[in-house]
Amino acid sequence: MSDQPRKPLPKPSSLSQPFWDGLAAGELRLQRCDSCDTYVFYPRPYCPRCLSEALTWTAVSGRGRVYTYTIVRRAMHPAFQLEVPYVFAIVELEEGPRVETNVVGCAPEDVRVEMPVKAVYDMTTAGIALLKFEPA
Amino acid sequence: MSLKRAAAITGLAEMAPRASAEGLSTMGIWADVSRQAILDAGLEPSDIDGLLVAPPIVDMVAMWPSHLGEYLDIHPRYANIVDLGGASAAGMVWRAAAAIQSGLCRTVLCVSGEASDVETFYAPRSKRPTQQLPQREFVAPYGPMGANSGYAQIAMRHMHEFGTTGRQLAKVAVDQRTNAAANPDALYRDPLSVDDVLSSPLIVDPLHLYEIVRPCTGGAAFVVVSADAAGSSAQTPAWLLGAGEATRGVMLAQVASITTSPVAQSAPLAFEMAGVTPADIDLISVYDCYTITVVVTLEDAGFCEKGRGGPFVEEHDLTYRGDLPLNTHGGQLSFGQPGLAGGMSHVTEAVRQLQGRGGERQVADCELAFVNGNGGIMSEQSSLVLGV
Repeated sequence: MSDQPRKPLPKPSSLSQPFWDGLAAGELRLQRCDSCDTYVFYPRPYCPRCLSEALTWTAVSGRGRVYTYTIVRRAMHPAFQLEVPYVFAIVELEEGPRVETNVVGCAPEDVRVEMPVKAVYDMTTAGIALLKFEPA
Repeated sequence: MSLKRAAAITGLAEMAPRASAEGLSTMGIWADVSRQAILDAGLEPSDIDGLLVAPPIVDMVAMWPSHLGEYLDIHPRYANIVDLGGASAAGMVWRAAAAIQSGLCRTVLCVSGEASDVETFYAPRSKRPTQQLPQREFVAPYGPMGANSGYAQIAMRHMHEFGTTGRQLAKVAVDQRTNAAANPDALYRDPLSVDDVLSSPLIVDPLHLYEIVRPCTGGAAFVVVSADAAGSSAQTPAWLLGAGEATRGVMLAQVASITTSPVAQSAPLAFEMAGVTPADIDLISVYDCYTITVVVTLEDAGFCEKGRGGPFVEEHDLTYRGDLPLNTHGGQLSFGQPGLAGGMSHVTEAVRQLQGRGGERQVADCELAFVNGNGGIMSEQSSLVLGV
């Protein structure tokens, strides 16, 4: 196994750790600005909209729609080449922010723009769960 | 303050792209095109007091301008790296003009290029220092295929919002190939049809192999001189008439609308400075890393209505002998994309055409050109209007 190419995994920072902790616990948590009610993603030290530092980690629905996607048929990274074809997508969460992700749980050809999806938590061997989506 | 007629491009040189980097060095290519550009401008090395360098993608080191200055034995008083990705070349033009106008220098040599090929480009980068960018934490784990997957996502969304078709996108590659056939320096010159493009392998849906640039070796340079010096130049001055630049975040998930690019801001600035409109343009020379890039750029620059880019490229003949000459050198898709020098080719081709040095592919009565440089996943945009 050690000869297998390994996928790049996130290295959480102190700022982003609550996000990754949430995924590992099977929950999608985003920063929400106490001042202007905006959800912030990716994690930041302050709200880029109103500059407030009062951000609270908040569990969100995990529901969203496919904003756009592509089917990767040739990967640049050798570890991902083992998995082609796969769907590399941007999902727009119900709460507003968009995330880059994979759509799983269906054939790549069945994915459509604006398709409703829900979050799934893909636990890796490194103990980090990735945020992916499947058809809702 | 306007840069209108503050400076002009005179001399230029460009290496014919080649598929293999074997035996070539980046510095060697830079020195070669620099020398030729200085000669072409009828100048001497001592005349060069400004130096702008767009760095190579495959060989990032510190202080490139200093290394090149030493290599060329010139002593610029204005030396900078310009890194706006593929927008670097266009970005160098106006930065050179601004430096000249402000009196920082009189003559700026702008250089880019690299010794690269498919093997070098895709070599493991594991030994290079990695930076903890959000991109790495929140995108890389999901397997993006470099810029390819980002542009594919733009194309997919564009098709959804506007009904753009694969045949329309393919038309860009086909017309540019016709142009490349008239350019002896182009890497790909064999005839290409819409069906050829659509039957080439899907790499990242909806983009096919022939809609995607390939890494190669090449380089280019040009010289920007003051208005005074342009009058006595060895070449017809191609005047900078307008410039505009705009940027956005690099991560597509952070962008409000991925189907509209910052060209919507940069191009109007350039047109306004020049006092012209898209309808006045004789030659369109715009960054074409993918077919979708051209379609979005044409819309956002105002050549057609937003969302109408697909039908627009289908309705017009984009070849050098057509009603809407576009990327007459073949574009990067057919000419080649030697790193950031791929974006140089849109500048050099525009200057060549304006100077009447287009050879077989010369556009008749070419007096006004629109140039657009594009970096990242349409995140950096630098727009120019050049004219004679």
